[in-house]
Amino acid sequence: MSEFVIRNGHVFDPTQGIKGDKKDIAVKDGKIVEKVGSSARVIDAKDKTVMAGAMEIHAHVAGPKVNAGRWYRPEDKHFDSHKTTGITRIEGGKSIPTVFKTGYEYARMGFTFAMEAAMPPLYARHVHEEIHDTPIIDEAALPVLGNNWFILEYLKNHEVENTAAYISWVLRQTKGYGIKCVNPGGTEAWAWGLNCLTIHDPVPYFEITPAEIIKGLIEANEYLGLPHSMHLHQNDLGNPGNYKTTIDSLKLAEGIKATNNFGREQVLHSTHLQFHSYGGTNWGDFESKAKEVMDYVNKQKNLTIDTGNVTLDETTTMTADGPFEHHLHGLNHLKWFNVDVELETAAGIVPFIYDPANAVFCSQWAVGLEIPLYAKDPMRCFITTDHPNAGPFTRYPRVYSWLMSKKVRDALLNGFKKADKVIGATTLAEIDREITLYELAAMTRAGPAKALGLAKDYGGLRTGMNADIAIYNINPDKFPSTGPEIEKAFAQVAYLFKDGKICVEDGKVVDMGHKKTFWVDAKVNENKQVMHDIREKFLRYYSVNENNYPVPESYAPHQHIISVDATKA
Amino acid sequence: METVTLTVKKVPELFLECEKVNPDAFAGKSAAEIEKLPAYQGKENSTLGEYFAVAGNAGATAADTKIVINGDCTKMKYIGAKMTAGEVVVNSSCDMYTGSWMSGGKLNVKGDVHSFCGLAMAGGEFTIEGNAGNYLGAAYRGDWRGMSGGTLRVKGNAGSDVATFMIGGVLIVEGNVDIHLGTHMEGGKIILKGNANRRVGGQLVKGEIYVFGSINVMMPGYKPVGEVDLDVDGTKAKFIDYIGDLGERHPKRKGETVYGHLYMKK
Repeated sequence: MSEFVIRNGHVFDPTQGIKGDKKDIAVKDGKIVEKVGSSARVIDAKDKTVMAGAMEIHAHVAGPKVNAGRWYRPEDKHFDSHKTTGITRIEGGKSIPTVFKTGYEYARMGFTFAMEAAMPPLYARHVHEEIHDTPIIDEAALPVLGNNWFILEYLKNHEVENTAAYISWVLRQTKGYGIKCVNPGGTEAWAWGLNCLTIHDPVPYFEITPAEIIKGLIEANEYLGLPHSMHLHQNDLGNPGNYKTTIDSLKLAEGIKATNNFGREQVLHSTHLQFHSYGGTNWGDFESKAKEVMDYVNKQKNLTIDTGNVTLDETTTMTADGPFEHHLHGLNHLKWFNVDVELETAAGIVPFIYDPANAVFCSQWAVGLEIPLYAKDPMRCFITTDHPNAGPFTRYPRVYSWLMSKKVRDALLNGFKKADKVIGATTLAEIDREITLYELAAMTRAGPAKALGLAKDYGGLRTGMNADIAIYNINPDKFPSTGPEIEKAFAQVAYLFKDGKICVEDGKVVDMGHKKTFWVDAKVNENKQVMHDIREKFLRYYSVNENNYPVPESYAPHQHIISVDATKA
Repeated sequence: METVTLTVKKVPELFLECEKVNPDAFAGKSAAEIEKLPAYQGKENSTLGEYFAVAGNAGATAADTKIVINGDCTKMKYIGAKMTAGEVVVNSSCDMYTGSWMSGGKLNVKGDVHSFCGLAMAGGEFTIEGNAGNYLGAAYRGDWRGMSGGTLRVKGNAGSDVATFMIGGVLIVEGNVDIHLGTHMEGGKIILKGNANRRVGGQLVKGEIYVFGSINVMMPGYKPVGEVDLDVDGTKAKFIDYIGDLGERHPKRKGETVYGHLYMKK
């Protein structure tokens, strides 16, 4: 492999505390090294910003739900069907882009990793097929477990060891990365036409509460010592007044310590917190409670969160939170897709237009910005759009422009048709903070890498780390002052190195890289009870045979397996 | 107003996507520049000049530009699509997407048009002298935003699924239509001078459909509420007023439920 030296760039690396100092970065054989030979290719990064490759911690980019969105929304990709020049294929779709466009767009923005946030175990093959077809970026997927019958039955009796053994089995079958929990209990209740809107609403038949599921999954996660923590989409998403349930759920993590060998400190990752930080009792008196929620998060060191920024676009909502999608369909009357995944989960899809003329949507936009602006520790607060739910991931550059420039966000805020109402319902207008490049590097690189247990090799530019490097046309001494300039700088990297190879140059994809699928192989002691239960459930309930359940090797030909030994737990 | 005349000199082997044949794309361009505008045939990109002889320069703006097209356009898609002003006259039949997403100006097709024409039309005048295919004035596949403004008139017959998801504007069919007229309609006005086959106004939320002829099979969700004298497109007559579709949700205004109306000429 070739050698490179990135000269004179302004380096931002929270893993080493480097805040824009001019520093050379040497790359050899896919790693960052101390020194390279004189024949190394020199990349001139003078007046440019150098960061590690960005890491997406929560997006819906691969699998049956995303693909259902693609086929049921042909209007999302009309007029995008022409091939452009270069090595890229046709790039279709806006809120639900094709797998090719997904890979290219992440890479152009400087991303080198994306976590598919909801993999139904039964359809894991489809998830891996799409991951394999997504170029350039490394990916992993979190199997959805918060409404799984095995889990509900084990946790009802607080059998953490059996839960952990089952999770270990599921991760191996699905080549999954960790534990995702969506609307715990609520999605299963949806099969009865019900929902769990607080953490104490019992799940029908199983007679377990969301609180027991959340706590049990956190304990199982720490029992196994997985690289990532339990990853939670909370109950009562998107409803006025839900911030109390949000804080109640977060409190369940109190007193639990992270147990793992990956340097991860949190035991609970609470995703798209924007959707969970609402006060009021209805859409009329709806108000932001981002401050209250973030005050709690700031105090609790064993929590991480991501934002879920509303971008005020037409998009496609999709989640394993089945009852919520039905609720949305009732609000906007647009086409509704719903599927039940046997013993495991469900999913719904509804197109959604976050119209900037609507005060509620603008307030949601403001809440999404308040959350990171109130975050005291950027290493525990990550920027997402919960793609495509709050907006397409391709809007990250615009979200950054709002976070990094008060002028840019205030111009939009004050220009809203219902500006007075939005300013009254939120606190954004009072916030002066502007996120710095160093903080952004924490929120998009070092932070997510640490939360995912990947901090040893990813998210920074230390010697020995993987050479995933993004170089932006940003001179920190002359930071762009307008929204469009900031957006352009983050939308098109000057260079993207993936595994020490240039994949994007001047915003143009020049190499498809060698993408890998990350998954976690957690070894546990033989558990006869769990293996018996699995056999029985397949015989009695599943529509597939146990032998047809696992993801075959050929579906994920380029694996990066992270081994965990929980046999002595 | 300046006139640009296009004369077909080569009929495409497949179909030519004339996304650039509209007054907006031509505005401010000379005949030579118009010849260089791109047009896809299948996956291959070529130029308008390859398929058309171009005579005359365009006006400075779309509003100052008139396009006259002669020759066989039955394999040309997207003529007049997305136009916002000006005038287009096609002395031929055209293929799909003709006049789709147009928001202003005048488009006149002397022959027939294929399916998906006048999709999501938002304004202007679109007249088809011959017949139209399916999905006239409807929403694009998957979309829920159909024709929202302007006037679309077909002098002949139209196919099935006409005005699906219509939300505004006026659509007049002087001949007959096949099944599914005004499905999911939520505003606007359809005037059908001839007969309809079945399923007129299925899942209609709001809007008006006037039928001069007969409906082969009436939807069960419509209820007669009286008779009214109306002047519809120049014809004064007595109509039976039906409200519906009673199986669909309906908005409320000042406490009153707002239904869609289907008027059948007596």
